[in-house]
Amino acid sequence: MGSVPLRPELVRYAKEIADIAAEKGLDFFETRFEMVDFDTMQEIAAYGGFPQRYPHWRFGMEYERLRKQHVYGLGKIYEMVINNDPCYAYLLSDNALVDQKLVMAHVYAHCDFFKNNYWFSKTNRKMMDEMANHATRIRRHIDRYGYDRVERFIDICASLDNLIDPHQPFMQRGAPRDEPTRSVAPEREVERDIVRYKSKPYMEAWINPPAATSKQRQNLLAQREKKRHKHPPEPVRDVLQFMLENAPLEDWEADILSMIREEAYYFAPQGQTKIMNEGWATFWHSRLMTTRILKDDELITYADHHSGTVHMPPGQINPYKIGVELFRDIEERWNKGRFGKEYDECRSMEEKRKWDTKLGKGMEKVFEVRRIYNDVMFIDEFLTQDFVDRFRMYHYRYDPSTRRMVVVSRDYEKIKQQLLFMLTNHAQPYLYVLDGNYSNRGELYLGHKHHGVDLDIKYAVETLKNVQRIWRRPVHLQALINDEMVLFSYDGEQSQQQKIHADMPPPAHAV
Amino acid sequence: MFLKINKDHQRFRQIVKGKIRDDLRKFLTRGELIGKEGKHLISIPVRGIELPHFRYGDNNDGGVGAGEAQAGDPVDGAEGDAGPGGTQPGQHIMEVEVSLDELADILGEELKLPRIKPKGSHTITSEKDRYSGIRSTGPESLRHFKRTFRAALRRQIMAGAYDPDNPIIVPVRADRRYRSWKTVLKPQSNAVIIYMMDVSGSMGDEQKELVRLEAFWIDAWLRRNYEGIESRYIVHDVRAAEVNRQTFFTVREDGGTKISSAFKLARAVIETHYNPSEWNIYMFHFSDGDNSSESDSRECCRMLKEAMLPYINMFGYCQVASAYGSGNFINVIHEHLDDQENVVTSRVNTKDDIYDSLKAFFTAGK
Repeated sequence: MGSVPLRPELVRYAKEIADIAAEKGLDFFETRFEMVDFDTMQEIAAYGGFPQRYPHWRFGMEYERLRKQHVYGLGKIYEMVINNDPCYAYLLSDNALVDQKLVMAHVYAHCDFFKNNYWFSKTNRKMMDEMANHATRIRRHIDRYGYDRVERFIDICASLDNLIDPHQPFMQRGAPRDEPTRSVAPEREVERDIVRYKSKPYMEAWINPPAATSKQRQNLLAQREKKRHKHPPEPVRDVLQFMLENAPLEDWEADILSMIREEAYYFAPQGQTKIMNEGWATFWHSRLMTTRILKDDELITYADHHSGTVHMPPGQINPYKIGVELFRDIEERWNKGRFGKEYDECRSMEEKRKWDTKLGKGMEKVFEVRRIYNDVMFIDEFLTQDFVDRFRMYHYRYDPSTRRMVVVSRDYEKIKQQLLFMLTNHAQPYLYVLDGNYSNRGELYLGHKHHGVDLDIKYAVETLKNVQRIWRRPVHLQALINDEMVLFSYDGEQSQQQKIHADMPPPAHAV
Repeated sequence: MFLKINKDHQRFRQIVKGKIRDDLRKFLTRGELIGKEGKHLISIPVRGIELPHFRYGDNNDGGVGAGEAQAGDPVDGAEGDAGPGGTQPGQHIMEVEVSLDELADILGEELKLPRIKPKGSHTITSEKDRYSGIRSTGPESLRHFKRTFRAALRRQIMAGAYDPDNPIIVPVRADRRYRSWKTVLKPQSNAVIIYMMDVSGSMGDEQKELVRLEAFWIDAWLRRNYEGIESRYIVHDVRAAEVNRQTFFTVREDGGTKISSAFKLARAVIETHYNPSEWNIYMFHFSDGDNSSESDSRECCRMLKEAMLPYINMFGYCQVASAYGSGNFINVIHEHLDDQENVVTSRVNTKDDIYDSLKAFFTAGK
């Protein structure tokens, strides 16, 4: 089909570049390059980088967008690389040789990032196979249950695929399901909690009257009972998991939901490290190209294409640009020792400008950063006042009077805060299962944790319908809208929303 | 070359066109890519379907950018980033080509034209089963021996159980492949458009250009709504004649005008070829409104009312402005046929009026 073996010349370059990269300290999975033509590249890109995906119109939609973009010359895909062991990367067959080299250098750095960054450490490294398996499983369900039915269900799942908990792979939330019950019987634990005053045995009945003790006991037991019946025992962010375990799904439905959840988890770290990942790859391709790989006659083309990659139009954040500049900044600061208490407290600009302790730890530091940080931590820690000033960064917002986005300030704190907000949870709202048995009627109760921005009501109403289609019983969503707590509900037939007031039964947990 | 994505792409196109999955129509988005043609910025429509997600509302909080700007300066565009895998930031240069289908769609949306629903008995849907694919479940009678064998062979080779010297292939349950079929629905909504044009001496090139444009858009819109569509062209002065499309738009004749001659011929065409119980019939008449006599105009209305209007979907009369003549025919129609629902008239004086005229013709969705 569209994939042809690499030309021997390119195989040689790949080897050469891999050697140089390894020499510089990059550590990557074995990387396999494949040469593809435009059509295949667009197909694979539409499938999120994988040659085998299950059939769904979403991919067709993405394909159309990419194709139009390419046909009208509005942008093209230079490279694509898959987090997998071995790493797969695609080269575009009609790119010039210098572009192929650039892409290779870029790709090796990406692979290094995939392999070593902590946030990728829990991803499935055989995702290529897993995706193909998913495709096979879904095709089988289609054969059994019909295209339309399966497609509709995939639509529902895909509409909920951000209801996961990206931190979940790194910790154990709640008790593992088959943990043995605690060793002390609940009755005895209750006995321990009852308040008794010290007394001589013959005074016991008067100081701690049996009636009062037994009342306390009953209260405590009732409290325990209530707690025990809370389901889930604590708010759950992985709504998909909760529904998988508790919704009345048919086997094939559960299978599809679990696959879509798994894929969402696989893609999550790429959203969490967009700036770092692209910055790291750009940092290395520019370093390797300009110091070791480029031939004289390739310089102009390289410079042209590299500047295209890091071009940042006004009002936009190009992750390649911000990322690479931050990495370079970190390298310089740690080479010259421009950090720490002394540097921060230095008030003389002149002194600061010349500051150089010849520390020489730049390289060490960037490798450390690529190992343990994600975008939020990266921006939080390394975006300095200096950096913001140097790159003339600003904060903009919507101006209702002109109905345009306008620059409001160059305030460092505000800019940083805004960037962090955009990056936190990949700009997705936080939603929790607050009650899986709301008012004891088997209804699902979700809650939105408000961080300053309201949910989009129109979308929330539609999405809630999809939650109901999985849960089958009525579902509710509590959200703060215009400073008022609102409860959205959908029972399978009717959507409604109402203000939350005191005499409505509360869910098992607060947000 | 066949790509797997084509199937998904086809499916997406069909959803966008509203042929399947009506439930997704409400999530349609009309994005656009901005391009440049010469000095003009143009937009390339990019249709999408956005499945609902829980997401934040309008981000009035803005974003972060970089560059030379003073507080208060506008920045165009919102925060954005390149897609996964590194698409290069777009450069805004291009020219556009939109398919006729898409244009007709845009036309439909711009004008808010309702889709024309073929009437009950006019819709003949034929069903047909096509054996077009392979799947892993099915009745034994449809088993595909070759594919089953191949699957078994592949499995055995992968499992290392294949011995080239003693090639015994034993298919197991999972190897079986069956032919699968798809039921193809063929909607048969037939429609005929009869274009009639006055080519008497008073219709100049300018008028014909207007008619040509108007007819083109009528044609595009109706073709969008019907599968099998036929067009008939009639020109007339004092006599009427049926002509082909090219002649219709180029012919120039002289002489007087007798509109009834065209209607007579149209009636004859309908009677011989298009049984109104099976065909949606649209008639359009273009003229400068100058008829030879008042009595002929009245005769036309009588003929329409008695012999045609009860059977056809619509009669559209489009009067173009002309330097000559009275332009009175439109008034006669108003006088006599005002109570008829399927008569629509419009005046077109310049190209700009075509838009309104189309709107007048099709808003009712007949």
